[in-house]
Formats: sequence, structure tokens, C-alpha cells
Amino acid sequence: MKRTKLLTALALAVLGLAGFAAAQRAKMIQIKGSDTMVNLVQILAEEYMGKTPGSAIAVLGGGSGTGVTGLINQTCDIANSSREWKPKEVDQAWEKGVKPRFFVVAVDGLSVIVNEKNPLEQVTMAQVGALFRGEIKNWKAVGDYPKPVSLYGRQSNSGTYVFMQEFVLGNKNYSTDMKEMNGNAQIIEGVLQDEGAIGYVGVGYLFDKDGRVRQGLKILKVSKEPGGAGFMPTDKAAVDSGDYPIARPLYMSTNGKPKPGPAAFLAWISGPEGQSIVEREGFFPISPVHKAQNDKNLQ
Amino acid sequence: MRTKKLSNFREAAIRAFFFTCGILTVAVLLGIFATLVSTAVPAFREIKPSEFLLKTNWDPTSPEKAEYGILSMVVSTLMVTGGALLIAVPIGIGVAAYLSDVAHWRVREILKPVVEILAGIPSVVVGFLGIVLFGPFLAKVFHTGHGLNAANGSVLLAIMALPTIISISEDALSAVPAAYGEASLALGASRWQTLVRVKLPAGLSGIIAACMLGMGRAIGETMTVLMATGNARAFPHGFLESVRTMTAGIAIELGEVPYYTTHYYALFAIGLVLFVLTFAVNVAADIVLRKYQEKER
Repeated sequence: MKRTKLLTALALAVLGLAGFAAAQRAKMIQIKGSDTMVNLVQILAEEYMGKTPGSAIAVLGGGSGTGVTGLINQTCDIANSSREWKPKEVDQAWEKGVKPRFFVVAVDGLSVIVNEKNPLEQVTMAQVGALFRGEIKNWKAVGDYPKPVSLYGRQSNSGTYVFMQEFVLGNKNYSTDMKEMNGNAQIIEGVLQDEGAIGYVGVGYLFDKDGRVRQGLKILKVSKEPGGAGFMPTDKAAVDSGDYPIARPLYMSTNGKPKPGPAAFLAWISGPEGQSIVEREGFFPISPVHKAQNDKNLQ
Repeated sequence: MRTKKLSNFREAAIRAFFFTCGILTVAVLLGIFATLVSTAVPAFREIKPSEFLLKTNWDPTSPEKAEYGILSMVVSTLMVTGGALLIAVPIGIGVAAYLSDVAHWRVREILKPVVEILAGIPSVVVGFLGIVLFGPFLAKVFHTGHGLNAANGSVLLAIMALPTIISISEDALSAVPAAYGEASLALGASRWQTLVRVKLPAGLSGIIAACMLGMGRAIGETMTVLMATGNARAFPHGFLESVRTMTAGIAIELGEVPYYTTHYYALFAIGLVLFVLTFAVNVAADIVLRKYQEKER
């Protein structure tokens, strides 16, 4: 008898807790998507929650595709994506009654990285494309470094994977020899250990805690044309002016006009406080044009 | 102390409860199988089955031409699993023999739970070990630049399959009637001869079943191989190349695939192939195990 009572009490307690958790979750802003953005948005969320009592934000990674799918299936409030939505995805969203609105929250200089043992300093866009398509198999072809090329990329659910494929590979297939890693951090681990490595990551991942470029890593300058001037993804002026050829906006999207909670968060990110954190984390602030567009989308 | 006889009603209710539990597992299995088949079949409206099973290129999101060949992934899975068994079977049987025959009972009392705890280590943790520990080690030993390859996956899966193999093999060896060993020793055989020529053969079917269950565990493992093998889509030509297993392929792509497209159905078709593979292994293990139990009677 005693045991039955105990069990009943326990079951009630569990049920109560579950109910409580569900209630909490309903209030919580769910954000999902891009691995490139997950750290940045996590930090933004923490600072925002510190300043705004009563707000609760949960940030998950998983890749841009995962975030977009999440918003379409309405399992999150905000989707992070490091690429534009594909037309197919927008169609799918509309079919399900989801009307996506896009907010540019930061600008990323997509960085091409190699191991520090590699003497190469600069590559052209065409060379990066050829490397990742698997057409250049040895570093001899681009510099004085006789080592087989070892490719590190992301998986197909990554916005960075799709962005690279469109803008750098010229919509051609990646080499099947490319190692497909789970996230930016894993690509960096791979490049640090592998002397023949080349990889691509968001600029925010290049720095250690103290804001210095990770040791053992070399960021390549990228030029548009052979013989042209090369620029670094960490060079704010070059990214702003478009001289750095593979810079891209980072998006957060909502279903229609954002609800008050997410709207306040998005407004705060677009504002000076949010943007200063964006810059502190190694990414670049948005342009006034983007800011104006964001403000319009919040209405 | 009251010894009350259970009323007939209670007896029947309890019987029905356990029967429902038993039926439920069968229903769940059949349900999963039915869902798998019904979701996998539409894939073949656009993909030829022969192409699906025999082509090596898998690139459904390709901007050039979507390709759906899973042979590279099947071969990768078999390679990684085979490699794991090559490592885990000898070690597993060795440990089992040690535990059942050589070890002092106190050592056994400590060692057996430890082995079983090994089974409880989350696969992500094992995968992480692969990235930071075995990967760099393999890269150094074989001068391959990186250690994200089939060999790394095999080592990690071996670790994960070991507890199953050890535990069940040990049970099989302990179940060999004591009279066998005693008779052998009485005839003048050494302990080594007794172990190798009498006890191991007597427990062989149990040991084989243990290895097959270990193999089932290895084939289906996802997170560890996803993290440690590099996931390159190319057809593997050796253990030092990056490979992508079927499980990793499904895990990578299922999160973002648009629903009800050929790509989506094709991922379930991979799941079906995997299911058939593991099912075959489990059935084989079951048959062997049954034979062994019959012999015991």
C-alpha cells in the first residue's frame, strides 16, 4: 500500500514537472539553424537575457538547412541561415502557410584556411573552386609545396556548403574525396592536424578566446582574378567594399511578422548593442541598407 | 504473513498485461518495418534499383545531376564493421577466456562490471576520442596527414562491440559443464590445452553468437563513425581512406531533406538496406545460439 502511494506521488511529481517544463518552453524563444552562427547567436542571446529579465532564448545548431526546415515545420521561432533561402524552400514554406521574413543580422567573411606549414599566402577564386572540385590534387600546382591536397568541407545541410558550391565552385559538384565534417570547429581541428589540408569556415571561428587567430592556422588571402590583389576575410574595409570576394550576409528568419518576444530580440541585434557584439565575435556589422530593411520587416 | 491466493481475475489481468507487453514489441517491430518499406519504395519510382545498389556515386543535392548510388556506403559500412570485428573478436574471446578460466574470482567480480560499464559510454564520447586521440595517433603512425578514416572507425567500433562480445562469450564459457574441464584435466591435459581444445570448442556456438551480436551493434552505430571517419563520399580503396557509412549518410542528410522527395525516400531506402543487413546478422546469431542451447539439453 505504502509503495503504491509513493509511486502515485512520484508519478504526480513527474507530471507536474513536465507540465512546468512545457509552460516554460512555450514562453521560450526557440532558435535553430546555421552552425556558423550558433556561437554568435548564443552569445547574443546570453547578453540579451542578462539585460532583459523574463526573457528566455534557446539556441540550437544543426545547419542552415535544419533551421529552414524547422521554421517551415514550425518547430522553431527563428531560423538561422548562413545562406539565402532556396526558392524551393520558400515555395514549400508558403504551401504550409509559413510566410518567411528575413533579417540580416551580421556579415561573414567566409575564410579559406590551410595548415601553417603550407607556404601558400594567396589564392584566386578560381583556384579555390578547382581545389574543392578535386581538379587540383597536389599543392605543387598552386605553390612550392609537394603535398597531396586534403579537403575539409561541411555537410550538405550546411549553408556554408551550399554558399561555397554556388559562389566558388560555380554550381559544380564537390570532390567526393572531400571529408564532410560536422561543423566549423571540426574543420578547424582537421586543418590544424593535417599538413595538406584546406578548409572553409566562418570568420568568427578563426579566433581563440583572446581574439587572436588560432595557432597553427593560416588564413589565405583571396583574389578575384589571377594576379589581382588578394584580401583577408578579417579585413573590415575589404569585406565592406566587396573587395573580399566571398563575404555573405547571415540571416535570421521568422514566420511572418515576429511576435513581440522575438521582435524585441531581433531589434536589439540590429541595434548598436547587438552589432557591437557581432563585431567583437569577429563578424562584421550590417550595412544601413540591411538595418532599414530589418526595421521594415519588424513592422 | 498472509499467503492469499490470487483471485482468478487478478491472475487473468496480469496474464493479459504481460501478453500485451509481448505483443507490443512485435507490433512495434512490424510497424517500423512497414513504415520503412512503404517510405522506401517510392524512391524507386525515379531510381532504378540496380543503379541504387550498384552505382558508387551518391550526391542527391548536386547542382549538376542528382545521383543515388549507395555501393560506396555499403562497402564502407562492411569495411568499418569487418575491421572492428577483426580487432574485437580476438581480444573479446581472450578476455572472456581469462575471466571464466584464469582470473581469480575477486578479479572477475571487479572486471566484469567494468566491462559492462564500457558498454554504457555514450557513442559521442567514443567519437570524440576518435577525433582527438586515435585519429592523430593513426595519422602519425601511417603518415597519412589525418586520421579520419576507416581504420579509426574500426578501432572505435571495436571498443563499442567489446562489452557485448566479452559478456556473452564469458556466459557461454561458464555454461560449459564443469565435468568437461575436469575430465580433460584428469586425462593429463594442461590448463591451456583444456581451455583451447575442450572449453572453447564446447562454447563455440555461444561465442559465435556473441560475435554476431557485437557485429550487429557495430553495423548500426552512427554517431561514432559520423565523427571519426571523415564522411568522404568517394569509393574507399583502403582502411586509411575517409569513408562514409550508411548510418552516417542517413544521419547527415535526414535533418534537412525536403519531405516527400526522391531524396527523402532514398534515405529511407538506405535505412531499409541497413535493416535487412542487421536483421540477417541477428537472425544468424539467433540460429547459432539456438543450436547451442539445444546441444546443452
